[in-house]
Amino acid sequence: MKVRSTFVVLVALAASAALAGCAPPDDDKKSSTTSNGTDAAAATSVADFGTMDDLVKAAEDEGELNVIALPPDWANYGNIIKAFEDKYDITVNSDQPDVASQDEINAANQLKGTDRAPDVFDLGQSVALANTDLYAPYQVATFDEIPAEFKDPDGAWVNDYGGFMSVGYDSDVVPDVTSLDDLLGPDFKGKVALNGDPTAAGAAFSGVVMASVASGGSADDIAPGVDYFKRLKDAGNFLPVDPTSATIESGQTPVVIDWDYLNAAETAKLPSWKVFVPENAAIAGYYFQAINADAPHPAAARLWEEFLYSDEGQNLWLAGGARPVRADAMVEAGTIDQGLYDALPEVAGTPVIPTNEQTEAMAAYLADNWAKAIG
Amino acid sequence: MAAPAPTAPPARTARRFSVGPSVGLLPFLAYLTVFLIVPTATVLVGAFQDDQGGFSLDKVSKLNDETPVHVLRESLILSFSSAAVGAVLGALLAYLIVTAPPTSVLRRVVSAVCGVLAQFGGVTLAFAWIATLGFGGLLTKVLADTLGTDPNGISQLYELPGLVLVYTYFQIPLMVIVFLPALEGLRPQWREAAVNLGATTWQYWTQVAFPLLRPAFLGSMLLLFANAFAAYATAAALISQGSPILPLLIRNSLTSEIVLGEHNFAYALSLEMIVVVAVVMSLYAWLLKRTSRWLS
Amino acid sequence: MIGATVWRLLRWLLLLAFAAFFAIPLLALLNFSTKDLATKGRTGAAWQALFQDPTMTDAITTSLLLALFTVLGMIVLLVPTMIWVRLRVPGATRMIEFLCLLPLTIPALVIVVGLTNVYAWVNYLVGDSALTLAFVYVVLVLPYAYRAIDSSLSSLDATTLAEAARSLGASWFTVITRVILPNLWPGVLGGAFIAVALVLGEFTISSLSHYDTLPVVIVQISKADAPESMAAALASLVFAAVLLVGLSFLDRRRHTSGGK
Repeated sequence: MKVRSTFVVLVALAASAALAGCAPPDDDKKSSTTSNGTDAAAATSVADFGTMDDLVKAAEDEGELNVIALPPDWANYGNIIKAFEDKYDITVNSDQPDVASQDEINAANQLKGTDRAPDVFDLGQSVALANTDLYAPYQVATFDEIPAEFKDPDGAWVNDYGGFMSVGYDSDVVPDVTSLDDLLGPDFKGKVALNGDPTAAGAAFSGVVMASVASGGSADDIAPGVDYFKRLKDAGNFLPVDPTSATIESGQTPVVIDWDYLNAAETAKLPSWKVFVPENAAIAGYYFQAINADAPHPAAARLWEEFLYSDEGQNLWLAGGARPVRADAMVEAGTIDQGLYDALPEVAGTPVIPTNEQTEAMAAYLADNWAKAIG
Repeated sequence: MAAPAPTAPPARTARRFSVGPSVGLLPFLAYLTVFLIVPTATVLVGAFQDDQGGFSLDKVSKLNDETPVHVLRESLILSFSSAAVGAVLGALLAYLIVTAPPTSVLRRVVSAVCGVLAQFGGVTLAFAWIATLGFGGLLTKVLADTLGTDPNGISQLYELPGLVLVYTYFQIPLMVIVFLPALEGLRPQWREAAVNLGATTWQYWTQVAFPLLRPAFLGSMLLLFANAFAAYATAAALISQGSPILPLLIRNSLTSEIVLGEHNFAYALSLEMIVVVAVVMSLYAWLLKRTSRWLS
Repeated sequence: MIGATVWRLLRWLLLLAFAAFFAIPLLALLNFSTKDLATKGRTGAAWQALFQDPTMTDAITTSLLLALFTVLGMIVLLVPTMIWVRLRVPGATRMIEFLCLLPLTIPALVIVVGLTNVYAWVNYLVGDSALTLAFVYVVLVLPYAYRAIDSSLSSLDATTLAEAARSLGASWFTVITRVILPNLWPGVLGGAFIAVALVLGEFTISSLSHYDTLPVVIVQISKADAPESMAAALASLVFAAVLLVGLSFLDRRRHTSGGK
């Protein structure tokens, strides 16, 4: 009896393990053919649709666009979405605005084949370059104006906007910040917050890189950065709370280490909020735009990209304080919003953009040492 | 047990289960297999797979790295502390109400409240404590004025000490619920007998009651331990940055955008969690058997 | 040693201390949810938003529906099985008990980590919606429901009832639904109440599966509008509390009506 029941249990476990490996059959590929006869999911540029109007019509026929992880006050996405909805007859479904890049990929995998899957991605560097087999290559109309280092040659992914790592602070509560070492002082007790967990979120990770470069490290060596935060914690200045608009306005997080465009958005809401980018520690980070190869609304996805890389879209990002990827071309052509462009925070020194290999090496170091330093 | 079932199995030498009626269990077993056994098997198998799907001990051996070991230790400390505090205080509270008659208002109210609070884990609990000790919290200003703590909120709330405090909030009621039957099982006749034989109150407690209650107490404490060790929601809602304990490290492995490709490591970490909880629960089951001898 | 009055006084002091410890965080929730962060005054805006904010109302509806489906699933799956085991396959009692208590040993976090493949199938067969979480929630609820129904079932003499009904010509279906089940309803109701409380607070599986149930939305919204989150948290707690306190009164009725 005992033997038999053990045997039954083992068989059951083995069967379950085998079952665990099966995946369901793929849903029948939904027809992505437009009324013109173009296969929207295979289109690699506007030419495949015909003219821009054909693309617009195909997109409006689909009627919807699923986006994910786009907070309204992140680089002005709120207004970008609104402008897109006003311009075209398309409803934008903005899902889970506060999740991170990895969650976007997880959602795409989980919702694959359904109508809820994200159509487009806006990802941090590591996640973007690790999942290129999920993207559909597409070259927007202005593709040639984007410098080569900011795009995949086929258009599988293209950088969309970027910024520099900065320190935002409420000048009514703390004294002016002129260097990162100021934050270690007694005036900043319990006040300094990072935007996220560096082992999990791109913005926080870049914050530690900034601390590292400012303390004598480099994109190959993040140890001084981890050490800086350890000192910050030991001084009692580090606040392990995720900063948001709400926490900034209520005064819970008076000092925030985050992208300069996010800090700049706060200045619009809280006039005493100032933004400081350390000299010689200008960590630049661009985000990556890509189209989901299994997008439920392929034409709308492509129209969205056309919109984002048009002058209008790029200027909207600029209005959010981010540096649009076509900035140089637009300055030359005079189509950039000069006033906004000049208002971007001063950046002195050479920008540092870690490569993917450097990021991986630094991430591995962080994974082993961050918990020890911060506790 | 009650009278034999109307359709008793044919003969004693035949199989224990006749196939016919057992078929009625199939829907239940199938459901459980799909929604409980398969996910567990996936985790157990996945812990031993590498990223391509072949067999590999890589991820399991990664459990020996500094961060996972540190995190496991913190989890064990948290579970043990909150279980110990919860067990002692919960036993005390249980004793305070067991001396009241079963139908008294006090007993009903406390039992009902404990029933609610034991289930009251997770997000609501985390937020309640943030509203108490965090920024703009009810007690924050009071504590800042009297004890000189940070007027912007007690930052230890988001670290291990805070977690222990918050966990005891549901550990104490759980202890009351689990331990009360054992206390009720202490028959007054034993006390009378001890007094008759000349025992003082102290002697009664240390030589009669405590030894009788010890298996139940330890068993309940183990249950509290497992409860705290496996708890995720409260810590996840309280701590948005950092992974000081094991469940949060699992979350990080699943959702991090910096350290990628860690799905199988999440499986290895989950395997570690199941092993610890299974060991604790087996001890609990064994202690439960010993308790029921005297205190049923 | 200690005089009886001193002991009584001590007892009440301790009880008061415990009461304070448990009440303060709840009061804090109430306090925070009625705060106006800008003017530092009091406002009911957060509580109003519970009914007006579409994200919140959607989440509340989702969670309530999930609770309903979980209870239904529990009743349809567990009750007939337990009755059947009690009546026809008593040898399987230990196994069923072990299986029902197994979810206590397998943490929800582990279940959700291994759930991806299963839910890929569920979404393929049934469609993609937060309500599919009910399938997993039934499993989570099993230990509590089992205990509740088992205690009710044990207080019945189910086999005699079944024998009597069968001898009067009832089918097994009739025996289960019209003879045994009506006597089980306190236990079933108890299990149902606990199920609702559990589902309303369940965060682990829903958040890691990316569904927007009430606890998930509470955390999401807390970043943007903390008072609203606090209000929602307190409301869901009070609702669960009312249910469970109601359950304890049901218990009393069972006791005083002379059950075993």
